[in-house]
Amino acid sequence: MSNKMHVKLNVNGEDHEFLAEPRELLIYALREKLNITGPHVGCETSHCGACTVTMNGKSVKSCTVFVAQANGAEVTTIEGLGTPDALHVLQENFKEHHGLQCGFCTPGMITRAAKLLEENPNPTEEDVRFGIAGNICRCTGYQNIVKSILSAASELNASKEAAQ
Amino acid sequence: MIPAAFEYYRPTDMAGVIALLQEHGDDARVIAGGHSLIPMMKLRMAEVPHLIDLQAIDGLNGIAISDGTITIGAMVTQHEIINSAEMEATAPIMKEAALQIADPQVRYMGTVGGNVANGDPGNDMPGLMQCLNAQFHLVGPDGDRVVDARDFYEAAYMTDREDEEVLTAVSFTAPAGGFAYEKQKRKIGDYATAAAAVQISKEGGKVSAASIAMTNLSDTPVWSEDAGAALVGTACDEAAVKAAVTAMLDDIDPTEDNRGPVAFKRHAASIVLGRAIARAWSRA
Ligand SMILES: Cc1cc2nc3c(=O)[nH]c(=O)nc-3n(C[C@H](O)[C@H](O)[C@H](O)COP(=O)(O)OP(=O)(O)OC[C@H]3O[C@@H](n4cnc5c(N)ncnc54)[C@H](O)[C@@H]3O)c2cc1C
Ligand code: FES
Ligand code: FES
Repeated sequence: MSNKMHVKLNVNGEDHEFLAEPRELLIYALREKLNITGPHVGCETSHCGACTVTMNGKSVKSCTVFVAQANGAEVTTIEGLGTPDALHVLQENFKEHHGLQCGFCTPGMITRAAKLLEENPNPTEEDVRFGIAGNICRCTGYQNIVKSILSAASELNASKEAAQ
Repeated sequence: MIPAAFEYYRPTDMAGVIALLQEHGDDARVIAGGHSLIPMMKLRMAEVPHLIDLQAIDGLNGIAISDGTITIGAMVTQHEIINSAEMEATAPIMKEAALQIADPQVRYMGTVGGNVANGDPGNDMPGLMQCLNAQFHLVGPDGDRVVDARDFYEAAYMTDREDEEVLTAVSFTAPAGGFAYEKQKRKIGDYATAAAAVQISKEGGKVSAASIAMTNLSDTPVWSEDAGAALVGTACDEAAVKAAVTAMLDDIDPTEDNRGPVAFKRHAASIVLGRAIARAWSRA
């Protein structure tokens, strides 16, 4: 066993410090050390996107990041986007348009979609499909996910216009 | 999926990286985006007792374009390539290829340096770099050196890079003419069944220069000099394309795996090259 190291992470705006082996995967540090269980483990092989979080402004699969690499990083998970009392626009729209069934892929899907809309506030349907290509859903057939994201985009744009 | 334990280092200068590589020899490796290395470590196909993270090293980032030469720092990600307007304007084949690598999450992390240094025949950048006649810049205990992409690959996971050397950048002359990166894969996020990188220049209705490289069809990328030569001087007509495809087929050596038997791969290679030539010519 290698020595443990001090790891500092800012997750959803809160600072955390803990001891971990460098080889621990970020997803397990989040879930098991910090009890942040929104991001899921689907495949553990970098393919499904259920573990997607935002790290230093990038959508990443947290099963493919060693906690040592993440030391000092800012991480946003689904918990940082909305709360049960104040849902994020994407969460509202997933609810409205049946963008989920079992819900297993949803935290990763929405975290990815949030970053996508931040980078491209006016996506076409094709942009959305290409932009979520790293996230697998076994239930919905994607149609309603795409609908939810497009609808969230228009809502976000409408509220931006209203604010101007 | 728990990798073997390792010591982790995050040096802040290149001298620190090289000192660690010298100290630990075969037991040390650098990690860039980690999206080839971590999966291998999780499968225990790679064991790295000393892991050296390049994320805090200055000078490995950024895309520089001057006097017609494009230099891409080793730590530039595929996501950055796709979003660089300058890159799109000077070497649009880079964006076309990068968009066909993996999926969005992987592209935020995967670096150009990791992609070309890895030596996996499935990686898309090595063939692309051979098509563009790129140079790889290495630094090691004995100083800097430059290797042509076309001379870099020896076999799967075996390259001309020494264990104590780090790749700092790739550079190439801004390509002229039409371009295409065509890739056949089973699904988004998959490595190529066959892929072709093509650049074609046109003068007076004829091909004046052509460069063709193929991916995942041998244990190294294949730059097919004869395939390019078969197009030069022609109007890129059907006979010329057929001659180029035949020349390319002589140079590749695919093996059977879960992407298909050899005959299928040769068929797929012919189709992707035909399409890539047609698209590059239409843009020339
Ligand atoms: C699901 C998935 C799908 C993928 N699909 C594709 C695909 O279709 N096409 C494709 O090309 N790739 C694909 N990849 C691989 C991805 O592009 C990798 O990110 C890339 O191959 C390696 O870049 P990296 O920065 O992650 O390197 P790392 O994983 O950090 O390193 C890879 C190797 O290169 C060495 N290395 C890294 N940087 C340097 C350097 N500067 N100097 C010397 N040695 C160095 C490391 O020691 C290691 O041995 C895929 C990966 C995943 C997880
Ligand atoms: S659990 Fe990370 S990609 Fe599937
Ligand atoms: S809702 Fe079940 S996997 Fe997507």
